[in-house]
Amino acid sequence: MNSLRLLAESASTFATEWNWLFWMLVAVCGAVATGIAVLLIYWTIRYHRRRADELPEQIEGNIKIEAAWTVIPLILFLGMFGWGAKLYFEIERPPANARTVYVVAKQWMWKAQYATGQREINTLHVPVGEPVQLLMISQDVIHSFFVPAFRIKQDVLPRRYTAIWFQATKPGMYHLFCAEYCGTKHSGMIGWVYAMQPHEFQLWLEQGGAEGSLASTGEKIFHQFGCANCHHFDTQGRCPMLRDLYGRPVQLMNGQTILADETYIHEKILHPRAQLIQGFDPIMPSFDGQLTEEQLVALIAYIKALGPPPGTGQPSAPGTAPQIPEYEKGITGPRSTSISGSKPGAR
Amino acid sequence: MSEGPITRVRAAVAPSYLTTQRGIRSWLLTTDHKRIALLYTFSVTFFFLIGGIFALIMRLELLTPETDLVSPQTYNELFSMHGIMMVWFFLIPSIPNTLGNFLIPMMIGAKDLAFSKLNLASWYVFMLGGSIVLYAFFRGGVDTGWTFYTPFSTEYSTTYVIPAALGVFVSGFSSIMTGLNFIATIHRMRAPGLTWFRLLLFIWSQYATSVIFVLATPVLAVVLLMVAVERIFQVGIFTPALGGDPVLFQHLFWFYSHPAVYIMVLPAMGVISELVAAFSRKPVFGYLFVAFASISIAVISFLVWGHHMFVAGQSVYSAMYFSILSYLVAVPSAIKVFNWTATLYKGSVSWDTPMLYAIGFIGLFTIGGMTGLFLAALGIDVHVTDTYFVIAHFHYIMVGGTVMAYLGGMHYWWPKISGKMYPEGIAKLSALTVFLGFNLTFFPQFVLGYLGMPRRYAAYPPEFQYLHILSTAGATILGVGYVMPLIYFFWSWYYGPAAGPNPWRATGLEWQTTSPPPPDNFEITPVVTRKAYDYAGMKEELRLA
Amino acid sequence: MPSPTESMLREQYGTPEQQRDSVTVGMWIFLATEVMFFGGLFAAFAVYHMYFTRGFSEGSAEMNIVLGSINTAVLLTSSLTMALAIYHAAAGRLVRTYWLLLLTAFIGLVFLAIKFTEYYQHYQEHKAPGMWFESNSPYASAIELFFVFYFIMTGLHALHMTIGIALVVIFAIRTAAGWFSASYHTPLEALGLYWHFVDIVWIYLFAIFYIVGLHK
Repeated sequence: MNSLRLLAESASTFATEWNWLFWMLVAVCGAVATGIAVLLIYWTIRYHRRRADELPEQIEGNIKIEAAWTVIPLILFLGMFGWGAKLYFEIERPPANARTVYVVAKQWMWKAQYATGQREINTLHVPVGEPVQLLMISQDVIHSFFVPAFRIKQDVLPRRYTAIWFQATKPGMYHLFCAEYCGTKHSGMIGWVYAMQPHEFQLWLEQGGAEGSLASTGEKIFHQFGCANCHHFDTQGRCPMLRDLYGRPVQLMNGQTILADETYIHEKILHPRAQLIQGFDPIMPSFDGQLTEEQLVALIAYIKALGPPPGTGQPSAPGTAPQIPEYEKGITGPRSTSISGSKPGAR
Repeated sequence: MSEGPITRVRAAVAPSYLTTQRGIRSWLLTTDHKRIALLYTFSVTFFFLIGGIFALIMRLELLTPETDLVSPQTYNELFSMHGIMMVWFFLIPSIPNTLGNFLIPMMIGAKDLAFSKLNLASWYVFMLGGSIVLYAFFRGGVDTGWTFYTPFSTEYSTTYVIPAALGVFVSGFSSIMTGLNFIATIHRMRAPGLTWFRLLLFIWSQYATSVIFVLATPVLAVVLLMVAVERIFQVGIFTPALGGDPVLFQHLFWFYSHPAVYIMVLPAMGVISELVAAFSRKPVFGYLFVAFASISIAVISFLVWGHHMFVAGQSVYSAMYFSILSYLVAVPSAIKVFNWTATLYKGSVSWDTPMLYAIGFIGLFTIGGMTGLFLAALGIDVHVTDTYFVIAHFHYIMVGGTVMAYLGGMHYWWPKISGKMYPEGIAKLSALTVFLGFNLTFFPQFVLGYLGMPRRYAAYPPEFQYLHILSTAGATILGVGYVMPLIYFFWSWYYGPAAGPNPWRATGLEWQTTSPPPPDNFEITPVVTRKAYDYAGMKEELRLA
Repeated sequence: MPSPTESMLREQYGTPEQQRDSVTVGMWIFLATEVMFFGGLFAAFAVYHMYFTRGFSEGSAEMNIVLGSINTAVLLTSSLTMALAIYHAAAGRLVRTYWLLLLTAFIGLVFLAIKFTEYYQHYQEHKAPGMWFESNSPYASAIELFFVFYFIMTGLHALHMTIGIALVVIFAIRTAAGWFSASYHTPLEALGLYWHFVDIVWIYLFAIFYIVGLHK
């Protein structure tokens, strides 16, 4: 049996903030609970019935007291709400420079893929002191990526990317759990997150990825499945040009405009007829059943690499080779994957 | 059925609802709300025992970090069946269909509910639902969790999902019939002079519960129907492969299931109001506030369902809306707790068993409710949702709350129902056992959740073991505490001393008639001229100084 | 069966007014539960209509607007005959009530016959969801989802109609047996409420399935 632990491990920037809010709540609620308990016990004893036919003073109520114990809790609650919401906003809004790692969940394991090509199963290596964003999708049922030491949790859905980010503060190994019941081996869908000092992390990154970066893997798949036959590199033919697509708004045939984020690209490859684009015939075949989620992640990494470095806002010059960065940066502006609305592919 | 000599003579003079007709047919075809209440009591007790056995096996398995007692698949079926049985076949029907059925007509001075045959039908529908669910369980089990999340339940589970969903679907109709009956009864069957603000607070909370029954349950029916259709016909309503949205399932499911938890707690709050008044011998402090708090809880409960989905993938703005409303719904609950506590002030507080349960309720419900404040805080919830923290939270309210209120109410109204007194000494001991066992079982689970132990796990990292051992120890003590009343209530039915019409000297119309009551409740329809809890006004009748 | 006397007062009630009022309150509450029941389905349909507007329009184009409109007219007529049945009951003309109730039931059966004809048509056109569904449209899966909702919602509606028709027939028999009078016909009023409600649900179903996707 490991050491008796009563304080949860804190290893991320959230964890520190989270702890403050949590212990404040414990203090306030503990005080109230103690107060109620004390009054209950004290008054039960103090006003204990002495004679069987005793008739005590009949008190109806007191409006002022009612008002007090309505308004004061309400104010306290609004404070709790405000602080909790502030923390939540931070958790849900990754910074622009977060390193992206792709995670594919399936019954009953976690698969991670790094931009530089490393893959791992049931483990995640992250640097201390740098923000990391996880873009996650499930191959089957709903799972949930949970690292208690970082205080993060996010459901991982099929057919749609969800995201969570964190910044580790302490090197070490931390539990990773699946937190959404997903079938027989749900309690076995666990692993470890290794937070490492930046230079050690760099070493680790350089070790893996014998096949090359994620984007280059994606490029190979892109050619292998014939995508290049229609999606030409520099010109727009029957198919939309994919360079500069990622992160831009796309006009749909039904008049709506959506953001070309990871979920959009995922949808387009697997279910091209689901959201037809303005100005193009629905001729793209579906690759549903032909590509694994890992391959899709590689393709998406490739397509993301076709654009300009994020933040520059300028289209890349025609004829230039695709930029395949050493590590990926997140997209600027509002977060890339749709936490807003549960519509696949929508924003 | 043997009775003491005094009650036998009394029965010869005027039959009670128990003695008026005999034989199994007179029970199975009764339309007397009091007999139907007893039919329900047997049923919910039976289902509670089954659900409890599932829990005990789970807790035994959790003594060790590995899955060594049962397989992971069996464990998954156990927690699913425990949840289904307890939620729909114990907690939801318990107080409304046992105490509510028995007492509502009596408390309002009526002979029966508005629709007496519908009442009997509701019991048969309930039993049909329970039978179908038990068939699913014993045929092979169901492993989707009581929450039936898609696409696991529609595409991946290989267990008896459809019969389980069907059984729950059927039992929902029993809820709807009950709620409809109660609302019509409370509106239309009150005795002359019984205006709304003279009603006992138990009635107010049953009314609020019934509103939720009728408005929320149909949505559950529809979502389970869609799950069954999807599974049978292999179509994609909630399955991503066909464009379906699994998060839509969650919205529809929780739209019912959140109000459902208030179905479970509002009647309990109603019982506590009665107990606190009777055993302080004064009106509940702030009657109007408590009455309106019940109604506000019922209304706001429909607006907070998304707080079960803060990490499910809904928009940040939806999450904020649901968070703030969840805080809002906590306000009327807090008001009630403060009002009950204040009722003790300068009261004449007796320590009879029902009051012990009531005080235990107030403390434990406060803890459970306040941990709800933690969960409503968005940032906090990200860490503790889907962990043992949530399990502890809702068990504090359901078990530390509802079950204790149910037991307290059973003890309080037992003399009225059976005509006999239960043995007070052993009852106090069992109340204490329940209280201690409960806290030992569930408090460590708050710590487990905070430390990161996820829920629905058959195996866990070894550092959590000591907390699980404490919890299992508590569960065994709690189990003993529950078995004790079963034994002594049964014993008292036959051998207990006769209780008079009003052993507690309480107000409330139900105490103005014999124990047990006659079939028509009252010899003559009462006319009400007093407000509720009018101890001072009734001091002659109650023989108070 | 109790003898059809003029006083149908059940024993829990103090007065006939109390019974009448209770039955009426009960029926309104029941209708509220039905609103929530169908409401859940309407809500889910609305969400998917928003996601798959084009696909759902194509699904709607497969509907037989002629039969649907006829059915709407049929049901509205049945509501008229039901309302007249109650009107005459209130005036003591129970014979007319009897015939109008039977007519209502008959019209209800006509509705069901047309509905099942439509269902069969859809089945033949391979639009019944599940293993019977086929479509070459780029929007095939959305069209199938449209039909899933169509069959569930109109199917539930048809079930409610069937129960309603059975009740109407039972009440017609009871009318003939003298159970009701000008001073007591509350069950008929309750039945009328139920019937009108089922009619209103159909009108909404007609709107969302047949009309919304009508424009091409």
